[in-house]
Amino acid sequence: MLQEESDLSLIIAQIVQKLKGSNLYAQLERQAWASLQRPEIKLESLKEDIKEFFKISGWEKKLQNAVYSELSVFPLPSHPAAPPEHLKEPLVYMRKAQGSWEKRILKSLNSMCTELSIPLARKRPVGEQKELLNKWNEMGTDEPDLSLFRPVYAPKDFLEVLINLRNPNYENGDSLSFRTHLGLIQVPLKVKDIPELKEFFVELGLTTGQLGIDDSTQVPPELFENEHVRIGQKVLTEQDSAAAQQYIRQGSPTALRAELWALILNISSHPEDILYYEQLKTNVIQHDLLVDSLIYKDVKLTASNDDYYFVFEDYLYQVLLCFSRDTSVLSHFAYNSASPPKSYIRGKLGLEEYAVFYPPNGVIPFHGFSMYVAPLCFLYHEPSKLYQIFREMYVRFFFRLHSISSHPSGIVSLCLLFETLLQTYLPQLFYHLREIGAQPLRISFKWMVRAFSGYLATDQLLLLWDRILGYNSLEILAVLAAAVFAFRAVNLMEVTSLAAAEKCNFILKIAAY
Amino acid sequence: MAGKVKWVTDIEKSVLINNFEKRGWVQVTENEDWNFYWMSVQTIRNVFSVETGYRLSDDQIVNHFPNHYELTRKDLMVKNIKRYRKELEKEGSPLAEKDESGKYLYLDFVPVTYMLPADYNLFVEEFRKSPSSTWIMKPCGKAQGKGIFLINKLSQIKKWSRDSKTSSFMTQSTKEAYVISLYINNPLLIGGRKFDLRLYVLVSTYRPLRCYMYKLGFCRFCTVKYTPSTSELDNMFVHLTNVAIQKHGEDYNHIHGGKWTVNNLRLYLESTRGKEVTGKLFDEIHWIIVQSLKAVAPVMNNDKHCFECYGYDIIIDDKLKPWLIEVPVPCDLAPGHPTASLRSCPAPTLRPQAGVGGDEGGRMRTDDQVNASPSLTSSTANDRILKYNLINDTLNIAVPNGEIPDCKWNKSPPREVLGNYEILYDEELAQGDGADRELRSRPGQSLGPKGSRLRDAGRTVLTTWK
Repeated sequence: MLQEESDLSLIIAQIVQKLKGSNLYAQLERQAWASLQRPEIKLESLKEDIKEFFKISGWEKKLQNAVYSELSVFPLPSHPAAPPEHLKEPLVYMRKAQGSWEKRILKSLNSMCTELSIPLARKRPVGEQKELLNKWNEMGTDEPDLSLFRPVYAPKDFLEVLINLRNPNYENGDSLSFRTHLGLIQVPLKVKDIPELKEFFVELGLTTGQLGIDDSTQVPPELFENEHVRIGQKVLTEQDSAAAQQYIRQGSPTALRAELWALILNISSHPEDILYYEQLKTNVIQHDLLVDSLIYKDVKLTASNDDYYFVFEDYLYQVLLCFSRDTSVLSHFAYNSASPPKSYIRGKLGLEEYAVFYPPNGVIPFHGFSMYVAPLCFLYHEPSKLYQIFREMYVRFFFRLHSISSHPSGIVSLCLLFETLLQTYLPQLFYHLREIGAQPLRISFKWMVRAFSGYLATDQLLLLWDRILGYNSLEILAVLAAAVFAFRAVNLMEVTSLAAAEKCNFILKIAAY
Repeated sequence: MAGKVKWVTDIEKSVLINNFEKRGWVQVTENEDWNFYWMSVQTIRNVFSVETGYRLSDDQIVNHFPNHYELTRKDLMVKNIKRYRKELEKEGSPLAEKDESGKYLYLDFVPVTYMLPADYNLFVEEFRKSPSSTWIMKPCGKAQGKGIFLINKLSQIKKWSRDSKTSSFMTQSTKEAYVISLYINNPLLIGGRKFDLRLYVLVSTYRPLRCYMYKLGFCRFCTVKYTPSTSELDNMFVHLTNVAIQKHGEDYNHIHGGKWTVNNLRLYLESTRGKEVTGKLFDEIHWIIVQSLKAVAPVMNNDKHCFECYGYDIIIDDKLKPWLIEVPVPCDLAPGHPTASLRSCPAPTLRPQAGVGGDEGGRMRTDDQVNASPSLTSSTANDRILKYNLINDTLNIAVPNGEIPDCKWNKSPPREVLGNYEILYDEELAQGDGADRELRSRPGQSLGPKGSRLRDAGRTVLTTWK
């Protein structure tokens, strides 16, 4: 009892601390001062009256949304004596693995830098700045020569690292038994089983209506669609984040999705936000970073060739180039097992005073990174809003897909969940695929790392991401991956090679949801 | 009688031939007894021409209407629509209602257009009313963006004023005939780029009008960002969406070909603009297709041996209003395409057009009088699949059960064979619903959500208006 109370007050204190520094706090303060003019505010009952005013005017709702947002994003504090690394990642061996993976990435980046004799960062000459400003809306044309650049790493490189993860404290013996995990991931993390998943995803049950299925043309809209849309509009009018998050578990109507996501992620476009984005844009114009070329290359290799997203190529540059300069992203490393790479001013290697984070946001893009942004272009065409939404999606969800951690939504757990589901419920299929050298994870890994972007038709992908937001968890990706295998089980049983298995699943893009 | 359908074609395209072969049909030459002839527009002229034409028997079907050019030629299409509007106005039909500025409320879907040189003076009058406007000049007899240019000064088209002959459309001087239309300089842009819509419509009969819309239309994007600036009026990569033009651009991508599906467009518009306005836009698009067909129906030779598949080119402006640009017939060879092999067709020898030829060398074949049309050429893998399926579904509707056709049939295929087609408008069905429907439904007026929207086979026929 006492423990819970003190936990609660700790949480409250933390959230208050965080919110005190935010824009919302300043706004509330201003509103409170302004409200003194109002006739209903009396000096004797000042506190209550102002509270009442906030309630009626919708400011309380905004505060609620902000608190809810903080709760969703920040993990709860654990033991008071736990060091900050525990917040990033409690398991030591995971931290170590992440650390050595980061060293490898950095080494790769530095060697590319040295090979090509390109500085990690340089200030652009004025002429070049002007040119870039003119070209800001069409950076896709006339690109620089990127042939010498290669992506720093690709998902399959990362998979190899995950496969080799071992818990030094875990001994499972050499003898094979029916308990032996047949898959590639060999670390003992706790993942949900089907009963637990059923409970967790209760709104996805067969008896509950879902958009994407129960609003198809064969079903009369009175049965589900109309009511669901009506509730959605109500949620938006109320501007309630928590309600929106609950609502979206059944899928979002296309017309409401942009607003619902903004509500859930607690994004509102204030002038300060637009100004911030413009500031980032100025940074891009003034300085050129090596990662810019990596971003260019990635967009050209992935999104530009995608028949859904090629249209938005220029938006992708506008978002990603700014993203890499956004130092506010650094705050998410408090709960990310990864740490931002450090770089030193030329000639001052090792001297902490001359260390900077590189890139400024601490995130080194890998092959396929731009696909996190691409689907969002279907929803937001205003660059600063698109930017904010992407940034929030990244610091809430996407970062977990390429860092080594024990978090239930981390990629390691997702892989393990996928493999466990497959082995438990489709053991014959799993065994067959393993025998022909087509470990299922090798096929599904890239789907999960990219959150299926580029592997599903956009309308279906957005429905999937609805659920990620709704459940505040990425586990649905593993479930979907397993479901695809289940769906294709008959065909897969007949294939005899990894390549054929890949092809079999390639029809994913047109497959049923 | 279960004989095999005998087919002929003068267009060597795999999307066609594969479809015939998979039905087990037998290829014959045009001199033998044939049941199905997929012909180019040159051939159709011969088949139905007064001098050399022959009578088709009941078990023969062809893929064009004899005077399809009433719809597919840019100038004739406009003429027919103008005539149709005037007729409706004379009858006092509510469809021909106009607003305060004299614009048709429901039938204003073709940009203001004049024929040159015939209407030169009328055009000049209109031009002078808004001298800062841009106009687009399109040669009547060409396709794939050839010969198109933009003007914003009268001096740029002076040579059409000097031609004082008012020639009829079928004579020699049609090679100089142009249409000039008000250029839509505020197209809807996505990703900063201009695009147009290509929708396929199959007409099995004009009287009663029965037409089907292919659900899988696509958008064609320019590779270059759009700018209305006058300095870029000459840059065809900014303004013309024809794949034949765009694919020569630096940034043309062969994987997606600059194409989006109509479903993508719908998703994007619904997500960013809302469901109602998107629904309204698509309703309007269906409306203008049906109205254009109704406009040519009276003059169309509704030969029972014919069906035809048209490709509608539509541009959407930034107020989400759709405009009908033209209706070419997708059947001819695309010049310069690697898989195309030139087949000489039984038509009079054609003289190459002046100024035409260019980088296509001698392989190009153009046509004096009839639109050479967008092609069955596939520019990407997806495209190939689309065209293959399009032909497949078209054949299923036009040649029921893949059996030897009988022109006396009622041309009402069962729902199941429609494939990716949906009934766009069925005059017989619509009339059967009673005349009182006509006044109730208009594009833009709120109907019940399922009233006039294009829906799956399980739902009611698309339109409730006549």
